[in-house]
Amino acid sequence: MKKARIATLWLDGCSGCHMSLLDLDERLLELADRMELVYSPLVDAAEFPEDVDVTLVEGAIASDEDEKKITLARARTRLLIALGDCAVTGNVPAMRNNIPLGVLLGRSYIDLATANPGVPESEVPRLNPHVIPLHELVPVDIFVPGCPPSPALIDSLLSEVLAGRTPDIATVCHFGN
Amino acid sequence: MPERNQYQVKTLTIDGREVCAAEDQTILEVARENGIDIPTLCHFDGLSEISACRLCLVEVKGNNKLLPACTTQAQEGMEVTAFSPELMEYRRLIVELLFTERNHVCAACVSSGHCELQALAQRLGVSHVTLPYLHVKCSVDGSHRRFVADHNRCILCARCLRVCGEVEGAHTWGITGRGINARMITDLGDRWGDSDSCTNCGKCVTVCPVGALVEKGKAVSEMTKSNFLPYLLQMRREARQ
Repeated sequence: MKKARIATLWLDGCSGCHMSLLDLDERLLELADRMELVYSPLVDAAEFPEDVDVTLVEGAIASDEDEKKITLARARTRLLIALGDCAVTGNVPAMRNNIPLGVLLGRSYIDLATANPGVPESEVPRLNPHVIPLHELVPVDIFVPGCPPSPALIDSLLSEVLAGRTPDIATVCHFGN
Repeated sequence: MPERNQYQVKTLTIDGREVCAAEDQTILEVARENGIDIPTLCHFDGLSEISACRLCLVEVKGNNKLLPACTTQAQEGMEVTAFSPELMEYRRLIVELLFTERNHVCAACVSSGHCELQALAQRLGVSHVTLPYLHVKCSVDGSHRRFVADHNRCILCARCLRVCGEVEGAHTWGITGRGINARMITDLGDRWGDSDSCTNCGKCVTVCPVGALVEKGKAVSEMTKSNFLPYLLQMRREARQ
């Protein structure tokens, strides 16, 4: 049987959802028989590949780089899953949305800087004025709220998806922890 | 519970089920007595009904408007629809609107896991919010010695206002502004800690369905609330008899 091509993407989030994925522990070995991780912060792949079956996305869209990543991932993925509250709602990263970006960057990079004050203009992604959940920019196929979604939930999600089903998990998980 | 006139029984149907109502019962009371759990957020056993949250809207045959079950008296021969795909869609939309109107960041909320809004979103299958979030700037009043009022989490159910006025008799809580600008206030908009009328009883904190009124010193998910109000009201009734 052909293995499903799975990717995971890390946008503006704390990596907790990826940690929760890793917390599947030995279940990962069983899932590994049925899937191939083709792109992820956990594997060494420079560019998001073509022809991906399922992409799990952690994090909200907060920068121009996030926009590029999610747009490319969406174009190359059949089933896109918003994994966790940041991807689904904006969550903690979006708490900056009612602070003007200039004020925010000034506070972080100038007011509180102990050396070399100044807002970086290159080398780091440029922040957008507002952090948005994935579905405000690209179509999302499955929403998985939770901060983070539990390993058991990710396990059942992946098992269903690998079996070719689209699980309805809205009533078995909730926002927050 | 108010005393019922036992002899004026009305019969009506809710979702096709025949049910009986006492003279002064609302559709919500009759429904819940019969195990039909119409969702609510502003309703609280022992407090007056104000139909603020609109979650209990039901269809009544012959009426072209949706009616709040909590403030509509049961009537003889009524045919009530409490659950239909359309009503559930409206309820999901109401929950979504509540999430967009303030900053309900469950992951960073002391009431997470014990929150009625969070639980209702799950029950109704609100896995995400289809409307854009407003990200309004809301104040947090930590001036009270024991409690915090976090307006980021408030859903304007006014349980605090009612328990303060109707049970404690202090009338500390009020509402200022209208519509989306409405805010709960203490006294005439003074800081809670400076309120002359507040008795520090904490009833408002106990009835708050979300993480808007909480005890100080709680971390994420640590704020649990006990429902003492039915016992308190029963004790008072017995004391009067």
